[in-house]
Amino acid sequence: MSTANNATSGASKPASTRAKPANKFEAAADWTDGRLGIYTLAKSNLRKIFPDHWSFMLGEICLYTFIIIILTGVYLTLFFKPSMAETVYHGTYAPLNGIRMSEAYASTMDISFEVRGGLLIRQIHHWAAIVFVAAMLVHMMRVFFTGAFRKPREINWLFGAGLLFLGMFDGFMGYSLPDDLLSGTGIRFMEGAILAVPLVGTYLQFFLYGGQFPGTDIVPRFFTIHVLLIPGIMLGLLVAHLILVFYHKHTQFAGPGRTEKNVVGMPLMPVYMAKAGGFFFLVFGVIAAASAIATVNPIWAYGPYRPDQVSTDAQPDWYMGFSEGLIRVMPGWEIRAWGHTLNMGVFVPLMVFPLVLMAIWVYPFLEAWVTGDKREHHIADRPRNAPVRTGFGAAWISLYVLLLLGGGNDLLATHLHLSINTITYFVRVGFFVVPVLTFFITKRWCLGLQRRDKDKVLHGRESGIIKRLPHGEFVEIHEQLPQDKLYKLTAHEQPQPIELPAEVDENGVALKAGRLAKARAKLSGAFYGEGAQIAKPTAEEHHEITSGHGHH
Amino acid sequence: MSHEMSDEKLPESHGSEGHEVAVHGDPFADPGLPAHGPRRTDIDERAAKRAERQVSLLFIVSMLATVGFIASYVAIDIDKIVYIFPLGHVSALNFALGMTLGVALFCIGAGAVHWARTLMSDHEIPADRHPIEADDELRADVIEQFQTGAAESGFGRRKMLRNTLIGSMALVPLSGVVLLRDLGPLPEDKLAHTGWELATPAKPLKLINMNTNEPMKPEDIVTGSLTFAKPEGLEEDQEIFQEQIAKDALMIIRIAPEDLKDKTSAELGFEGILAYSKICTHVGCPISLYEQQTHHALCPCHQSTFDLADGARVIFGPAGHPLPQLKITTDEKGFLVATGDFQEPVGPSYWERP
Repeated sequence: MSTANNATSGASKPASTRAKPANKFEAAADWTDGRLGIYTLAKSNLRKIFPDHWSFMLGEICLYTFIIIILTGVYLTLFFKPSMAETVYHGTYAPLNGIRMSEAYASTMDISFEVRGGLLIRQIHHWAAIVFVAAMLVHMMRVFFTGAFRKPREINWLFGAGLLFLGMFDGFMGYSLPDDLLSGTGIRFMEGAILAVPLVGTYLQFFLYGGQFPGTDIVPRFFTIHVLLIPGIMLGLLVAHLILVFYHKHTQFAGPGRTEKNVVGMPLMPVYMAKAGGFFFLVFGVIAAASAIATVNPIWAYGPYRPDQVSTDAQPDWYMGFSEGLIRVMPGWEIRAWGHTLNMGVFVPLMVFPLVLMAIWVYPFLEAWVTGDKREHHIADRPRNAPVRTGFGAAWISLYVLLLLGGGNDLLATHLHLSINTITYFVRVGFFVVPVLTFFITKRWCLGLQRRDKDKVLHGRESGIIKRLPHGEFVEIHEQLPQDKLYKLTAHEQPQPIELPAEVDENGVALKAGRLAKARAKLSGAFYGEGAQIAKPTAEEHHEITSGHGHH
Repeated sequence: MSHEMSDEKLPESHGSEGHEVAVHGDPFADPGLPAHGPRRTDIDERAAKRAERQVSLLFIVSMLATVGFIASYVAIDIDKIVYIFPLGHVSALNFALGMTLGVALFCIGAGAVHWARTLMSDHEIPADRHPIEADDELRADVIEQFQTGAAESGFGRRKMLRNTLIGSMALVPLSGVVLLRDLGPLPEDKLAHTGWELATPAKPLKLINMNTNEPMKPEDIVTGSLTFAKPEGLEEDQEIFQEQIAKDALMIIRIAPEDLKDKTSAELGFEGILAYSKICTHVGCPISLYEQQTHHALCPCHQSTFDLADGARVIFGPAGHPLPQLKITTDEKGFLVATGDFQEPVGPSYWERP
């Protein structure tokens, strides 16, 4: 009878196999799950483990400033008029009253002086953009110096570097939009750079500007690229970047209980939701407060753009400073032949610019090729344990900083009372010398730190206690490190360089290594050879020393 | 005996900080996850309550700040300027909105982080990683499926089909490139000419002082002075003004004839008055810094330096060639005029530039 009952109720109301929801929340979750499959999605993610290290928040700052930029950017588009049509200003800012300017500049003035809160949003947008690029660069350095770009994360390195490049260009377009005297100078600089391209330069310039400089098209075109095209691509890249971070799981530093096969940390729900979610508000709060206090890009002080005028301190935002440095320190070589001009003075910097960026892009593949390492890596390197890589990173940064100084040579000259010519000559020489010096200094520094680690492992920590031995000698007592410290200091691998195969095989037939293979072996030796790492202490060495009488 | 005593007192024979030294076997072995120690708030309910109050206080401050934000928006006039040390004179509305918004957001963040750090579990949990790469069986299976699909398409067998497909796919994006053609006009020789080309010996163009908007006479120009000029007939309210002034702008300087080092340059001028293009030959910034003692002009953008007494030769910086000079003379009424265009294109250099 009971079976019959079940059958009839089943016919009138098809049964779900699911247990009855306990409350409204569960009921809503069940409803959503039936359509989106959220339980399956949440199963592995709700309590997903994140390892903790202060440097892991750098990427978070990038994400949060990007969100802030989008939010404030949407607000600004509601008021900004991306038009170069001429108008006469009759706003509340008296010094510019009656001055001719473009709609773009006039509407930026209105945002700053007539829209309540408009100035604040403009400032937050600009400050967030500055912090965004800075955070991307520092985040990237963290990933680079800890080797977190290695397999399986190379593709994510490409996405990340792509985001950095796009962020820089979108920033450039952003501060070009208000059509003030400073931004116009930047657009003029771009015109000169495009004109320097051989063969097609003039065509590119006429197509981009819709005619001769400045024309009336460049601001509306930049606007579309700035608010639609580049942010769209960046959003896609960002989502892909985060999906991969989730998929690969975060790297972690070596330590007790942390291996290549696990990830140790605290779960997303609730600790990371609270910490990361809270951190968004911290970042937003700090940027909002900074925007209330520190003015960035006061366009009213520069005035509207006129091609025959220029403001002093014509400087781009800091992240474009290195390209400005390149263009300032390059000698003005011009090759004129057969009725044509090749403007090396501008074209060479224009080509070095992408090369400098590409160098970071291809690095993971270069290192993987040189080291021949095909394994997955999830334990982050301590920078000292990869001296050559750390040296490269430091050299790259030194070049970046040097060019930044070259880009600000006028400010350096006026603030430090130096000759602008001397600074330029210094940067010209430094371009070739400083990165090389930085490389060698950094490498040696890393080796020194490796030696110190080895010393600590074998001889322990200086306790500061002086002991007098029976025969009168004074010694300082060294305390053995605890096991977890010992493990931490010795957990890293020390790969051996690739060796070329023997010159003759077992049958005596000559085997010729190709030139590429030879170069690779040589590079590999430079990476992992004798001069590039201090051999880790072995268990035997440790036994030998600790089983002695402590006279060390 | 004394020897034994001294050895016992060495700290390392007891290990340090209470840890047992597990040096039997491998001294560098992974000791595994350390034991979890409780925080103050885990064991002391009063500390936990205090942390709870602190977090709530932060959230309440945030609420108050948001109320303050709205109040500022309504109450403070947008024109109001106040003096705030050490910022100086700032917009009162901008400062009030920014600080209240900053506090409102920061306190939510600080509250959430404090909550997570003091009251949520700080137990570290290990989770396994799984290799990204598939095992051999799956790999073979997928490759086989793909090969079946590829075989069914005939892609590998019908070479002509494949090659023409690749060819058409390679060409089709060209349509997109071609469509960009009408973004702008062709350059032709537009870059080689300026607004001064309207001037002829029969119908010369007056040089108009940019500040006074008046034509200029040689006697008005003091030795060592720098004036900016534009061609007669070019007015600010004209649609083409920006485009024209980007090429037409002049630097007028007067140098004592005995200081002039370049003969051709002196001949292009009039009694030591020289008219150079104001547009830098590097990337086109207007040159505006002139040192009358040395006759050097410096571009403020990238520091190209030109010796105006020596035909505007480049003496420092990234510019590749001298500033173009405009030939000037006076008309019958004694006004400075130009009788033709620059001898060479002004502004940044480009491929077609001779």
